[in-house]
Amino acid sequence: MNIVIVGHVDHGKSTVIGRLLADTDSLPDGKMKQVKERCEKESREFEYAFLLDALKDEQSQGITIDTARCFFKTEKRDYLILDAPGHIEFLKNMVSGTARAEAAILVIDAKEGVKENSKRHGYLLSMLGIEQVIVCVNKMDLADYDNKAFEKIVDEYSSFLKKIGIEAKEFIPVCALNGDNIAGASKKMSWFKGNSILSALDSFEKAPPLIEKPFRMPVQDVYRFTGDKNGKRIVAGRVESGSLKEGTEIVFLPSGKQSKIKTIEEFGNKTRKDIFAGCSMGVTLEEQVYVPRGEIMCIASEKPAFVSSTIKANIFWMGKEPMIKDKEYFLKLGTARVAAKLGQVFAVMDTSNLSKTSKEKIDRHDISECQIECASQIAFDQFNEIKATGRFVIVDEFDIAGGGIITELVEDSQGETREQVIKREGKWEHGLVSYNDRVTKYGHSPKLIILTGKSGVDKKSIAKQLEKKLFENGRIVYFLGIGNLLRGLDADISKSKRDEHIRRLGEVSHILMDAGVIVVATASDLGEDDLRLLETVTNRESVFIVNVGKESLEDGLVDLDLDPSTEAGKNIEKIVKLLKLNPLA
Amino acid sequence: MKIENLKMSRLDELESQSIYILREAYTQFKNLAMLWSIGKDSTVLLWLARKAFFGHAPFPLVHIDTGHKISEMIDYRDKLAKELGLDMIYGRNEKAILEKQTFPDGKIDRLSCCKILKTKALQKTLSGEGKRYRLNQATGKYDADQSNEPYTGVIVGVRADEEGSRSKERYFSPRNKNNDWAVVEQPPELWNQFKTDFAPGTHVRIHPLLDWTELDVWEYIAREKIPVTKLYFDNGKGQRYRSLGCFPCTKSVESNAKDVEDIVNELKSGKFSKIAERAGRGQDKEDDGGLETLRKDGYM
Repeated sequence: MNIVIVGHVDHGKSTVIGRLLADTDSLPDGKMKQVKERCEKESREFEYAFLLDALKDEQSQGITIDTARCFFKTEKRDYLILDAPGHIEFLKNMVSGTARAEAAILVIDAKEGVKENSKRHGYLLSMLGIEQVIVCVNKMDLADYDNKAFEKIVDEYSSFLKKIGIEAKEFIPVCALNGDNIAGASKKMSWFKGNSILSALDSFEKAPPLIEKPFRMPVQDVYRFTGDKNGKRIVAGRVESGSLKEGTEIVFLPSGKQSKIKTIEEFGNKTRKDIFAGCSMGVTLEEQVYVPRGEIMCIASEKPAFVSSTIKANIFWMGKEPMIKDKEYFLKLGTARVAAKLGQVFAVMDTSNLSKTSKEKIDRHDISECQIECASQIAFDQFNEIKATGRFVIVDEFDIAGGGIITELVEDSQGETREQVIKREGKWEHGLVSYNDRVTKYGHSPKLIILTGKSGVDKKSIAKQLEKKLFENGRIVYFLGIGNLLRGLDADISKSKRDEHIRRLGEVSHILMDAGVIVVATASDLGEDDLRLLETVTNRESVFIVNVGKESLEDGLVDLDLDPSTEAGKNIEKIVKLLKLNPLA
Repeated sequence: MKIENLKMSRLDELESQSIYILREAYTQFKNLAMLWSIGKDSTVLLWLARKAFFGHAPFPLVHIDTGHKISEMIDYRDKLAKELGLDMIYGRNEKAILEKQTFPDGKIDRLSCCKILKTKALQKTLSGEGKRYRLNQATGKYDADQSNEPYTGVIVGVRADEEGSRSKERYFSPRNKNNDWAVVEQPPELWNQFKTDFAPGTHVRIHPLLDWTELDVWEYIAREKIPVTKLYFDNGKGQRYRSLGCFPCTKSVESNAKDVEDIVNELKSGKFSKIAERAGRGQDKEDDGGLETLRKDGYM
């Protein structure tokens, strides 16, 4: 079981663990002697914390900088203890440690009492979904082992915990330095009848298995290794919840692609017939549908994951730079990674005192109730239903800078279209020639290249020359101007029904792409909603949006901006480069 | 389906997490390599890779040959590499070996020797500045490698229980242009979302075994019947190696453990249940008992 120890700086977290390791005889022989000798050499008093604070900076400053893992076992089970830092500067490390814990010990100094990080850490525990917490009131020696001092902290801190919706399993008065109530009862505090830290740990319960929740497996990758005689395609990932057997009908979200499990694949085990929460596994499919990394595999007959490009969440921010509007970030959820921006901010909270302010950015160590707008649709769940697919991180430049949990499911403008597309995909009748057969034969995957820009800017000649160039290079390619549909497919609808014209352009492109074709389409004045509609109807993975002209669309929406006054050949080269086509064999 | 049949053991959980990490590394890093020290940990890592990728190891395995490795290690390396058809690469600090800037023959201490033969050689081999030798499966010999592209993702088999600074690592841990590990600057890592975005010139160390203990490793070797080098077993004179390295700095331990089962018992309740694994490693003791100095420079 993974346990994290949190609390304010200097309240004695590392000492509690050091003492726990020493009193349970869990240290390697000679470790204590080695640390004691070093203290003597540097004429410092020995501290149990030195057993854990392994980095030189940590020992010289007497603080924990980064979470340490240590291992010990009781008769009941094995423990991995994560010693998290209490200094505000290293909150990111506290969060990293807590995120992998199943239960927590929160340490409060009996003399100093409840401090800002006692509260902040308490809040983060509740937000990170740690449901089992014991509170260790340490340094009772400095409070003369007095039960009144203990009760005072119990009262103050339980009323705080109540406000944030968690309840401590137990409060334990401790003097870690002398070992009181660590591994056994304390003689000095005979007034306390509860658990020692050690027996409290053993009283934690393992979280109920996630097997009974709806099935979720984020797709990590699809493997087809050269040299495999049968050329199997294996969809690989880890099951986050639920279970399934061979033959189960499944649906991939957000694309809505459906198929059936043909085989369960495990190296060295040919008899495996089922997979369940926790397994890192692979499956092969009956219908060879195209599944990119990032999709979530669900069971068709169960409650599906939700799909939207808008996410309502609580976010806590750890980046040095604040999270601001109009800046592009990346959101990573499961195995999906999409460009994202900060949308509406409902409230920003200082977690050390629970005060709310209204501002339009999220500063370091703030928690915010807000909306994130993703550049494309993504599948997810509400955090309180399925944790693994209900939480995400935000990447700023190269580093993870924020974490978030999804509090509410919010439809975006594409909700209706998406539902229709998922139905379409579910009922789509596939021929005997699969997507992969076509890709292998044609030497490229199907794509949709949309050239847009103000009317009057010449997009068509670029599109037509691009078609010619790709064709001459041996690609299967087709030019489709939206005007070509007007008097044919669209003859039954009025010119003003713009959405329907665009939807139909999307459906025609979708059929051409299903046939393996690279479609080069042109349409003037496409706005953000139009482009999203096209992506929803076709397939976001293979759509390329090219804007021709000076007035660019919003950042993050367009894959390439072209200047119409540039020589056509150069513009076409740019588009070809964007497509990253493999050379033909 | 009966729920009780669907429980995972501790080893199952560790295996599943390691496989997840390996697959994340494989999909996110174009130039990925795995360091194979020939020891039990990185051999377990190799096994996990074959599980993750259904019998394949789809990236090169890199060994840093200090020229002072116990000779059975090299024999075992080449035997397994040929049997499993591995893409095997080794690199070394040839100049230092030639000029004998080594311990104990040269006039340098253990730490400097480690720095020159391991850390420097590793840096240069990873960056492509140093010569790489690649196993030619057709001839069974090593040829000078044509590619000198730097590796941007490097899978390493370190465990948190080995020593202090390793207990502070992330699963995906960035290294800057000079190979430095800026411990204090480590970005957060949560919910199995790893650092897969990185600035040009930097690389990421990937640690799939971080949560494993020495006992877990041996129990897994026993469960999976993974072949390990004979050096880990009693050589007939009541001596075996518990941890493998260069012969001048790695001491064997007194033990009669003759197979994997004996080793598991020895660690569980026997004579080694309370003695640290790296107790026989000389370099750990020279720097106040910490490998931190070496590791900040890029030592594994």
